[in-house]
Amino acid sequence: MRLSPDQMIFWQHGFLKLNGTIVFTWGLMLVLAVGSKLITRKLSTELKRSRWQNLLEIVVTAIEKQIEEVGLPHPEKYIGFLGTLFLFVALAALCTVIPGYEPPTGSLSTTAALALCVFVAVPLFGIEEQGLGGYLKTYVQPTVIMLPFNLISELSRTLALAVRLFGNMMSGAMIIAILLTITPYVFPIVMTALGLLTGMVQAYIFSILAAVYIAAATRTRKPKPKPEPAPAT
Amino acid sequence: MDSSTLIAVASIATAGLTTGIGCMCPALGEGRAVATALTSLAQQPDASATITRTLFVGLAMIESTAIYCFVVSMILIFANPFWNHVIAGATQAAGK
Repeated sequence: MRLSPDQMIFWQHGFLKLNGTIVFTWGLMLVLAVGSKLITRKLSTELKRSRWQNLLEIVVTAIEKQIEEVGLPHPEKYIGFLGTLFLFVALAALCTVIPGYEPPTGSLSTTAALALCVFVAVPLFGIEEQGLGGYLKTYVQPTVIMLPFNLISELSRTLALAVRLFGNMMSGAMIIAILLTITPYVFPIVMTALGLLTGMVQAYIFSILAAVYIAAATRTRKPKPKPEPAPAT
Repeated sequence: MDSSTLIAVASIATAGLTTGIGCMCPALGEGRAVATALTSLAQQPDASATITRTLFVGLAMIESTAIYCFVVSMILIFANPFWNHVIAGATQAAGK
């Protein structure tokens, strides 16, 4: 029972292994990079534009709007990171329709790498926004006793991001594999559709959670004005 | 009952119990979350985008505890280190 694309070996030389995770990850990167390069070769600002440019514009503006709604007022600073996260995880899930393909996010190494990227990006964006002292002060908010809890929550958030995405992707692939041995006709197709849906939802969740963590780190904390007493009616 | 049988029985029983309990409790929590979200959607339909997004994020966080239980069950069944140790010892003893 194959637990992850790590166990599909395409080529081996000594201890260097080219396994399924690496091949599919690089394949996705190629598709994303070459596709975007080809589509953005001739950008047009008039009303008449190519369908692919329209598609990319829809995607980019939707991601920008989501980042703004989460509470990051200048989405262009963060859309490079958050948009890439969303597009990579979503494409990794969508390509499940191609036969012979296993999503590379079904391997704990890929999801751990993505979660580590978020773990490093949150302090980077926070320091860029608030300065080193201002960002480090957020760890001792509201009191110094919260310092170990804040640190532990940082680590556990990262771990939760990695395991959540890995568990969802792996369970989708595994359920399809098990069902193929039991009822090979119609039911696996239904489960593949469900796996596609959960893959897209998990891609959205991953990037929204990354955006929420970054928003929490870059929020400038002003003292809240005292609420006025409600007028007596 | 020797130790290898004990390991097998404990792994199988625990795997089943983990999945059973680990699917029930998050389902209860998610049911309550969706019920509250529906109530607030009925009260304020024009906040539906925010409510829906927050609902999905909350559901994903609750779902992740179910996923943790599932991952532990899978490890117990397919990647069990104790069982692998027993199997390695058995094949070594049979090979001698």
